[in-house]
Amino acid sequence: MNQPIRRLSFIVALLFSTLLISTTWIQFVTAKQLDALPGNRRTLLDNYARERGAILIDGSPIAKSVPTKDELKYVRTYPSGKLYSQVTGYYSFIYGAGGGLEGSEDALLSGQSDTLFYRRVVDMVTGKAPSGASLELTINPKAQQAADQALGNQRGAVVAMDPSTGAILAMVSHPQYDPTTLSSHNLNSVEAAWKALNADPGRPALNRAIAGDLYPPGSTFKLITAAAALSSGKFTEQSLIPGPATLDLPQSTVNLPTDDHQPCGPGNKTTLTHALEISCNTAFGWLGLDLGGDKLRAQAAKFGFGDALRVPMRVTPSTVPAQLNAPQSAQAAIGQYDVRVTPLQMAMVSAAIANKGVVMNPYLVKDSRDSNLDIIDQTQPEQLSQAVSAEVAAALTRMMVTVVQSGTGTPAQIPGIEVAGKTGTAQHTTGGAPHAWFTAFAPAIDPKIAVAVVVEDGGNAGSEAFGGKVAAPIARQVIEAVLKP
Amino acid sequence: MSTVTSFRPRTRRNVELVLLLLAILIVLVAYLNVGLAIDGAFPPDLVKYGLGLLSLAVGFHLVLRWRASYADPLMLPIATLLNGLGLVMIHRLDLAYGRTGSHLLAPKQLIWSTLAVLIAAGVIIALRDHRHLRRFTFTAMAAGLGMLLLPLLPGIGRNINGSRIWIGIGPMSFQPGEVAKILLVIFFAGYLVQTRDVLSLVGRRFLGIALPRAQDLGPILIAWLASVGVLVFEKDLGSSLLFFGVFVAMLYVATERRSWVAIGMTLFCAGSYIAYLLFGHVQTRVLLWLDPFSAKAIAASDQLVKGLMGMAKGGLLGSGLGRGHPELTYFPESDFIVPSFGEEIGLIGLFAMLLLYVLLVERGLRTALGVRDGFGKLLAVGLSFSMALQCFVVVGGVTRVIPLTGLTMPFLSYGGSSLLANWSLVALLLRISDQARRPLPDDEDLAIASSAHTQVVSRQ
Repeated sequence: MNQPIRRLSFIVALLFSTLLISTTWIQFVTAKQLDALPGNRRTLLDNYARERGAILIDGSPIAKSVPTKDELKYVRTYPSGKLYSQVTGYYSFIYGAGGGLEGSEDALLSGQSDTLFYRRVVDMVTGKAPSGASLELTINPKAQQAADQALGNQRGAVVAMDPSTGAILAMVSHPQYDPTTLSSHNLNSVEAAWKALNADPGRPALNRAIAGDLYPPGSTFKLITAAAALSSGKFTEQSLIPGPATLDLPQSTVNLPTDDHQPCGPGNKTTLTHALEISCNTAFGWLGLDLGGDKLRAQAAKFGFGDALRVPMRVTPSTVPAQLNAPQSAQAAIGQYDVRVTPLQMAMVSAAIANKGVVMNPYLVKDSRDSNLDIIDQTQPEQLSQAVSAEVAAALTRMMVTVVQSGTGTPAQIPGIEVAGKTGTAQHTTGGAPHAWFTAFAPAIDPKIAVAVVVEDGGNAGSEAFGGKVAAPIARQVIEAVLKP
Repeated sequence: MSTVTSFRPRTRRNVELVLLLLAILIVLVAYLNVGLAIDGAFPPDLVKYGLGLLSLAVGFHLVLRWRASYADPLMLPIATLLNGLGLVMIHRLDLAYGRTGSHLLAPKQLIWSTLAVLIAAGVIIALRDHRHLRRFTFTAMAAGLGMLLLPLLPGIGRNINGSRIWIGIGPMSFQPGEVAKILLVIFFAGYLVQTRDVLSLVGRRFLGIALPRAQDLGPILIAWLASVGVLVFEKDLGSSLLFFGVFVAMLYVATERRSWVAIGMTLFCAGSYIAYLLFGHVQTRVLLWLDPFSAKAIAASDQLVKGLMGMAKGGLLGSGLGRGHPELTYFPESDFIVPSFGEEIGLIGLFAMLLLYVLLVERGLRTALGVRDGFGKLLAVGLSFSMALQCFVVVGGVTRVIPLTGLTMPFLSYGGSSLLANWSLVALLLRISDQARRPLPDDEDLAIASSAHTQVVSRQ
């Protein structure tokens, strides 16, 4: 019987080898995936037991973890209340980390990131309590506050950025919410706050600046049409183009009128500069027909349309529809017909024009630091693309300056500072109030800030709204907050 | 010139004593670890428990010196170490759950451990020769089958964790399958040693495999039906696999015929598949096994997932005893004690623990090789292999190698029946190993010498 006993011991070896493999598979090979499973309470408890990194602006926290006496050891608080709700997001025991940097930079904040591995080992050896990394943001608190106050109780979003680096100076989305209500350890009140947040018709959890439902850009898109026209070499800023009271659209019974049903210039002709200044629909519609949908889409793509950006939150890509026929191209050229954008994208358009045509990668996190405040990682400004040549950018700048000086954007004027901008009034439902748009940069020479503002449904002005009246003053206040000492 | 040296096998009892002290030291360090991690203080009862454990283990050791001095030196230290570590984990979970008074499980487990060690010592003292057990072959069968079926009786059978493998009388609950395991191994050994010639010699060859005669298929069919019955009515794949697997393994060892293994595996797979097709609860188990993270599976039960998350969190090194969250898993001190250890002592610790079981099983199989009588061989094989298979079923169940079952991990898991049965199992193995390693007594030497004499061939 000894031979089968020896064989049986081989089977025993096989059985246990299987167990060694299966335990290795769980505890080593797939451990990270299991840790990251939603609803893994151990990961949550683990994260709470460690001091989560703060989110800082100029060294003062807008999100920080405060020690508590309960089981979870630390509670997350947001000292600025609602002001930064879409920037920070929330950190909830029940609903996890999300809604902003808390979610997208969770690995760094919680200290689980691979880039922190070396520091974790050092902490382990020295017996120091492990903690997450802090994030220092690019936000300018004055700009953020000005944008918040200027938007007031209107729904909409404001994004401001530094044109030369892509650093985001303000990111406001209205309505807001207080993330502290979600980070509380009183789980019943958290549940109630979560339900209220999701039931709110204004959808405060949405970050309209980068990831809302996207907006039709209206006439702000004419900047892109103008850029395409100037880049084509067929036009200069002084070229005379047709600007009739109504533009006949081919292959279509629909015609395109100007806003006031008047021709844009004598003899139904206008210069490109004047067309932008008064936001002439028929002139830009004609440009759309002349250039064609492909040129418009290519120019938009150079400004960043279609790019899946991370700031580090995910930015919904802005879109120009593919396969535009002639009437659709004319509509798209003035920002209608399914062209959809984020406010960040429109800020990037202004910023690129301000930055000699170079599109910079937008970012929110200036650097990340460990618990000793030693810098772990610093964001370097990064060029995304060359949207237009420096000459075209200069021409566009001159055209945008006239918009604010004498065109539709006069409410954005600031004494002593030359502002370049473009208004937009985007019809999105028949009969409904239009979205009011304004995008600008300043000063026109050596720009320091580019900004985009959208006010949903015309804000308090309702159907009377047009971009210059509603959105331009908001942009002006943000620019003033940054440029005025 | 060469001198004649007579080989004198050593008892190795001193090795056992040293290893035993080492095992107790490890357990006490683990206990200290838990105290420091959870209370931040030196556990005040460390010395008390240390002395208690020491006297128990050393007492057993002395019994071995007295009654089984050639017994295997590794089995007792391994069993002590595993039992002790199980106690530490149960104590640690008592603290995590904030249990007090009569709800504390560790003191109960300690009492059961004491009882189990005393009974094991009793087995060593009372059973002078394992061959005496052969007389009880059919008594063991009747008692074993009775035990196996006991949970099906209305009134005392209990459904715990989806399996009906428990009985409860008043506040006491008991898993009779653990005891049935030993009784049935005794029966299989006694029965097979009688019938192995018939089962192994008669039959025809087909495709190079020697097939048994149709009328000899009776026993394996009965064992198969019993195992399928356990699967269907007690809803426990683990028990079913355990009994049938041990039977087939012993049949194979007894007859040296691989055809039995092939027949057995075919029958088991067919039976399991039919049960899967027919019974909803088996289908649920399979779903939980194959796709535990699906919404449907989570809705049915998330206990496996919780265990997996615990093990994953432990990673390579573990959180350290008392520093993880095994209390977040269901049944962390019984069915899921392996994930509890995986979480706190890590993959490396779990490997060490599994290797202890390998060592224990290997010493048992070594005993089977060494012992001279067929009954002893079969008994040792059956007991060791049942231990191996049970480890496989339990750890394989919580690590998704096979569907989850309700069996407990020998020595580690909370539960009196499990402790009593496994300590008795080790006592039987120790008894057989004493026989296996003991040098032949002088009169037997003479008998061999005289029998050898008859084979001497004269050169002339």
